[in-house]
Amino acid sequence: MFGYYFKLALGSLRRNAVLTALMIAAIGVGIGALMTTLTVFRAMAADPIPSKSRQLFAVQIDNWGPKKGVSPGDKDNLQVQLSYIDAMGLMNANAAHRQTVMYVTGFALTPVNPDLRPFQVQARAAYADFFWMFNAPFRYGGPWSAADDSGHADVVVIGNELNEKVFGGANSVGKTIDLDDHEYRIVGVLDRWQPTPKYFDLNGNTYGTPEDAFIPFTRAIDQQMASWGNTNCPSGGGPSGWDARLQSECIWMQFWVELPTPADAARYRAFLNNYAAEQQRSGRFSWPPNTRLRDVREWLVYQHAVDDGVRILVLVSFSFLLVCLLNAMGLMLAKIMGRVADIGVRRALGANRRAIFSQCLIEASVVGLAGGLLGLLLTALGLLGLRSLLSEDVGRLTHFSPADVIIAVTLSIAATTLAGLYPTWRAAQVQPAWQLKSQ
Amino acid sequence: MELVPILSAMRRNKVGAIIIVVQMAVTLAILCNALFIIEQRIAWSERPTGADERNVFVIINQWVGDPTNLPALLQADLAGLRALPGVIDAFASNSFLLSNGGWSYGVDLMPDQKESTAQAARYFTDEHGLQSLGLKLIAGRNFNADEIADLFGVNDQTPAVSVIITKALAEKLFPGKSALGQSVWIANHAANIIGIVDRLQVPWVDPSVAKFSDYSILEPFRYVASGLYYIVRTQPGQLEAVLKAAEKELFDLNRERVLGKSRSLTEARVEAYKDDRGLAVILGVVCAALLVITAFGIVGLTSYWVAQRRRQIGIRRALGATRHAIVRYFQTENLLIAGAGAAIGVALALSLNLWMVNAFAMQRLHGSYPLVGAIVVLILGQAAVLWPALKAASIPPELATRAA
Repeated sequence: MFGYYFKLALGSLRRNAVLTALMIAAIGVGIGALMTTLTVFRAMAADPIPSKSRQLFAVQIDNWGPKKGVSPGDKDNLQVQLSYIDAMGLMNANAAHRQTVMYVTGFALTPVNPDLRPFQVQARAAYADFFWMFNAPFRYGGPWSAADDSGHADVVVIGNELNEKVFGGANSVGKTIDLDDHEYRIVGVLDRWQPTPKYFDLNGNTYGTPEDAFIPFTRAIDQQMASWGNTNCPSGGGPSGWDARLQSECIWMQFWVELPTPADAARYRAFLNNYAAEQQRSGRFSWPPNTRLRDVREWLVYQHAVDDGVRILVLVSFSFLLVCLLNAMGLMLAKIMGRVADIGVRRALGANRRAIFSQCLIEASVVGLAGGLLGLLLTALGLLGLRSLLSEDVGRLTHFSPADVIIAVTLSIAATTLAGLYPTWRAAQVQPAWQLKSQ
Repeated sequence: MELVPILSAMRRNKVGAIIIVVQMAVTLAILCNALFIIEQRIAWSERPTGADERNVFVIINQWVGDPTNLPALLQADLAGLRALPGVIDAFASNSFLLSNGGWSYGVDLMPDQKESTAQAARYFTDEHGLQSLGLKLIAGRNFNADEIADLFGVNDQTPAVSVIITKALAEKLFPGKSALGQSVWIANHAANIIGIVDRLQVPWVDPSVAKFSDYSILEPFRYVASGLYYIVRTQPGQLEAVLKAAEKELFDLNRERVLGKSRSLTEARVEAYKDDRGLAVILGVVCAALLVITAFGIVGLTSYWVAQRRRQIGIRRALGATRHAIVRYFQTENLLIAGAGAAIGVALALSLNLWMVNAFAMQRLHGSYPLVGAIVVLILGQAAVLWPALKAASIPPELATRAA
């Protein structure tokens, strides 16, 4: 039965080649546009760490007070980074399952080979918990120890790319590298690692790669390594120098905690409030506690990790597909109404309404299938175009997975069949007697 | 006018008409908002920085380790760069235009102000900065060589005694009067405004800085830090050659350094706004496709209607209707449908924009967009119906009545 209907559908579509082509083109273009933008959107809005996104929390403490927040767009009067004072206050309290303060810095790396020029290396200063919390994958070795943290050790974990560049990809654990004229011992080499977006530090480049090297936070502070990231200070200023910077209310650090259960999170929230209340009592804050704990997903939304432009683009693509479907629906209606005589003959020869309905619906699905395939082709072209138009960091996100093929074709068939329901119903309403009479 | 027969004919073909109306309305709504976004993104990406962009390039310099004689190294570098043939002038700074990274602070009109009067970007420069960037001084004077002090890195909070500010910032701080000679309070230190430049953009390119995108302050400091930017202006047309010579010169002076990717401000602009312009192009392509699809849809449905009404047309022609009358009939019919589509579309466009204003901090749609969009949709409808209508009018009456 199905085979016969399918053959009928093909015949009918061939008879009206121009209309058929128009329908397929309309649906193909609609699907292509939607899939292209959805691919980018999905990559941007993806959960970067699904297994733990509800257990990792970014910490915010208002250390500037009401009305002093000058960083653009902060509606809740909270800064997105912490001061050194607060970061250390929280580290020392040690109230979370795991916790790390961190900031971006960097060095000049001088290769052992004197013929090679020194080059710049971006680094992140953090505690050892960093690697455990964010599931950093190791290729060789592992994180440094808690003793290294408290001992301000000159150890380093380097990224895969840096290991390739300096050691040709060999196991470099135990070797040393010269960073800003200090020897650091390599304890671990990371595997390829591309959390997208780079959720634990969204300052600067949201979709950039993680740093090339990681060193103990305590060591970086000892070395007075300046922040390479954003530093914001409340107006008021203060005396100059490194120690003054550490004692200032300038914000330049990120602070994350891992809290395995909702109860832990609730406890930590209470702890944060107490901490801020303590600061108020001691006279440092002249305002009531204003603190926040946001998990990874909440953090990404709060920080607008997905470009509004891309959201708008997805919206436009959905409406675009709607227009394409309406279009196909109109064309299908036209096509079926042009065939009422044919349908009348069929009905007179014994086809019941259901048979007519199925035949027309299968015809719609065939259009949907063809549209979906065309859509796939257009998606591939669209992604190529996107990559050439967008910056490298965003363009890199545009992968097309096998699952997308299924999504595109299914979506196309489903949507087209849905759009075909009304025209099909109209076809099934054809009265055989009238049609035969008018001939 | 023959409105009554048109309406009654339409009532017998409701769904077809509704499909076209909805299609036109959605098309119009998307078109207005997309064009508006395109226009805004393009305008944002084309704002002038105030510098002589075509002839300015930037070298990112990072010293290896922590050299003790930084001031001397810096002076040597600057002297070397300025002496190169083809160089107009050069200076060192903490930030550069279109880099999307820099320093800012709140600017006050009195000490201990609760809320800052304006947010502004800080650029450090010696007396060569104005010339090196090609900025236009519209009032006051440039810094003198003896006013320039060394500022040691990020943590040095030495306050500036005199500053040069942009015209936009001057107007914000002292609306309606001259800012020249006035004092501003920065981090609770007073600074005297000695000059005003026509324009100097902040280094950030994100639309969130729109509120203060032209509020910049030049401070009389030589920026002595291990990581800094050399900003060099060349004679017209010599940028490429001078850039290569400059990098070589720096390495000849001292090998213990790392140079980042040098770039001209023109390249920096392309990089900075790549995603904005990319999005505008993509939206533009989608809009064009949308228009084509909608036009084809209207042509398809109208031709079908015409074909369906061959007999009716034949009878009308036989009863004395002119070809002109037939064409006019279909055009009026389309005008009614497109009019309805346009009306709904304008409402939809405005509400879509209203929603986006809330959800995406978009700006309010300018009234001209829906208006122009409506006219475009009406013209599109008329153009799409013309061919089927002409075809209908050419049906000979006797053929039409007999064939059906």
